[in-house]
Amino acid sequence: MTLAAGAAYANPVAPGDVSFSDTGAIAESLTGTPGDAASGAKVLADRGAGNCVACHKISSLDAAFQGTVGPSLDGVGDRWDSAQLRGLVANAKHTFPGTIMPSFYKTAGYIRPGDEFSGKAAKGDLQPLLSAEQVEDVVAFLTTLKQQ
Amino acid sequence: MLRTTTALAVGLIATATLGWADADENELVVNGEIEITTHAPAPAYVDGLTEIYSGWRFREPDTQLTQMDDFDNPAFLAVDAAQITWDTVEGEAGKSCASCHGDVMESMKGVRATYPKWNETAGEVRTLAMQINDCRTENLKAEPYDYTSGKMTAMEALISVPSRGMPVNVAVDGPVQSTWEQGKEMYYTRYGQLELSCANCHEDNYGNYIRADHLSQGQINGFPVYRLKNTKLNQVQDRFQGCIRDTRAETFSAGSPEFVALELYVASRGNGLGVEAPSVRN
Ligand code: HEC
Ligand code: HEC
Ligand code: HEC
Repeated sequence: MTLAAGAAYANPVAPGDVSFSDTGAIAESLTGTPGDAASGAKVLADRGAGNCVACHKISSLDAAFQGTVGPSLDGVGDRWDSAQLRGLVANAKHTFPGTIMPSFYKTAGYIRPGDEFSGKAAKGDLQPLLSAEQVEDVVAFLTTLKQQ
Repeated sequence: MLRTTTALAVGLIATATLGWADADENELVVNGEIEITTHAPAPAYVDGLTEIYSGWRFREPDTQLTQMDDFDNPAFLAVDAAQITWDTVEGEAGKSCASCHGDVMESMKGVRATYPKWNETAGEVRTLAMQINDCRTENLKAEPYDYTSGKMTAMEALISVPSRGMPVNVAVDGPVQSTWEQGKEMYYTRYGQLELSCANCHEDNYGNYIRADHLSQGQINGFPVYRLKNTKLNQVQDRFQGCIRDTRAETFSAGSPEFVALELYVASRGNGLGVEAPSVRN
């Protein structure tokens, strides 16, 4: 995606407009503003938001019952740069084809999407699982996860 | 008399290790006499598994123990109620289930192990729930039960009791084959906004924890299941709905052709496990 020069990031990049590199990274911030790591930590732990701890263990996070479906995210900031982390959170299937990890910044291409957790059909346009701002906050937090 | 008292001297070993924990090694013997197979080789048509395990093997020892004596198993309150229903005349035909089938513990032996199955007369795949309702409407001339109602699950539980310990043996070919294929396709479909299939959780990740939940293989040899969480018997298609709802998807309705197909397929993945119903889970 190319932003017209000077078109400040007044609006976040819409899920359908995000472009991924060959490795699944997203070079540019979705909001144009740096994310807030502390808010990101909350998104990771919150059942109603990212609920990343359902599948991942993050030792520094104070959240009960962290899952084992995905790899531990300890040290993830050493393994990936922020562009790659942004891509992983937005749609990890570009990095790991077929992964079980849900795509958090996507609104189309679902089979029988529901209206949240009601079991009923979705009404109207779908919202991504996380907002652009939440994605940036999560990325900001993940980059702080260094081993030393 | 459905219940047997047994002095259980069972020492179930708590494998309380943190993090990854596979199926445990405990053995299921109910009332000190009914040995139930909870681990078997996977049927050849299940590509993604080599071994199959009952959900019992993934539960905490105290939950496991509750299922080992019918006096402790809360599902038997419903079983006792269904026994009364079985013997009670209801409907325009002036009959009870017992009028035609006699003693449920004799006439229904082995039945639970083979459902869902093909009904030649009707030319359809029938779940046990469908058969119960068919007998209610056609033979008793009574109202059908709601598919996942308490009365239905209780009757399913009663009918399951004489099959406990018998190997699940659901047909997958012949007239049921196309339905079975439909169920298989559903099992691997990634539904909902979380894009998760049954296989993502119950084939690829059994033994892992998803948040606080220890994932089993999602076998249905134990259904109906008494859940400590909602303190009632749960119908198998009710469980399917819950799992699909958790993927942020639009579920299917209980008794729908889709869920009949899914039930047949999931049941067949457990061919070789012993019938456990009514079982206890958290
Ligand atoms: C349903 C399970 C699931 C959920 C929920 C989930 N992930 Fe993942 N995640 C995985 C799996 C599995 C992998 C490993 C990739 C693979 O091999 O499929 C992974 C990989 C990752 C990686 C790369 C890790 C590494 O070390 O290479 C990051 C970063 C990540 N996830 C972040 C997140 C964040 C942030 C969230 C929540 C917003 C999240 N995940 C939610 C399952 C999940
Ligand atoms: C008037 C006689 C009659 C009554 C009353 C009756 N049934 Fe049946 N039932 C049958 C017949 C006949 C079959 C075999 C149906 C078939 O194969 O098409 C059957 C089959 C069944 C089966 C399947 C057995 C198998 O081997 O697959 C179940 C389960 C069952 N009945 C339960 C019930 C219940 C529960 C009631 C009471 C609510 C009941 N029946 C009342 C005649 C009756
Ligand atoms: C997001 C993960 C997830 C998905 C997807 C999922 N389930 Fe489950 N399922 C669970 C959890 C967690 C439990 C409770 C623990 C257990 O028994 O595995 C469970 C339990 C079950 C049980 C009860 C097993 C028992 O012994 O009591 C059945 C049956 C089941 N699932 C079938 C299915 C089917 C069929 C599908 C697909 C339509 C499905 N599940 C999709 C997470 C999932």
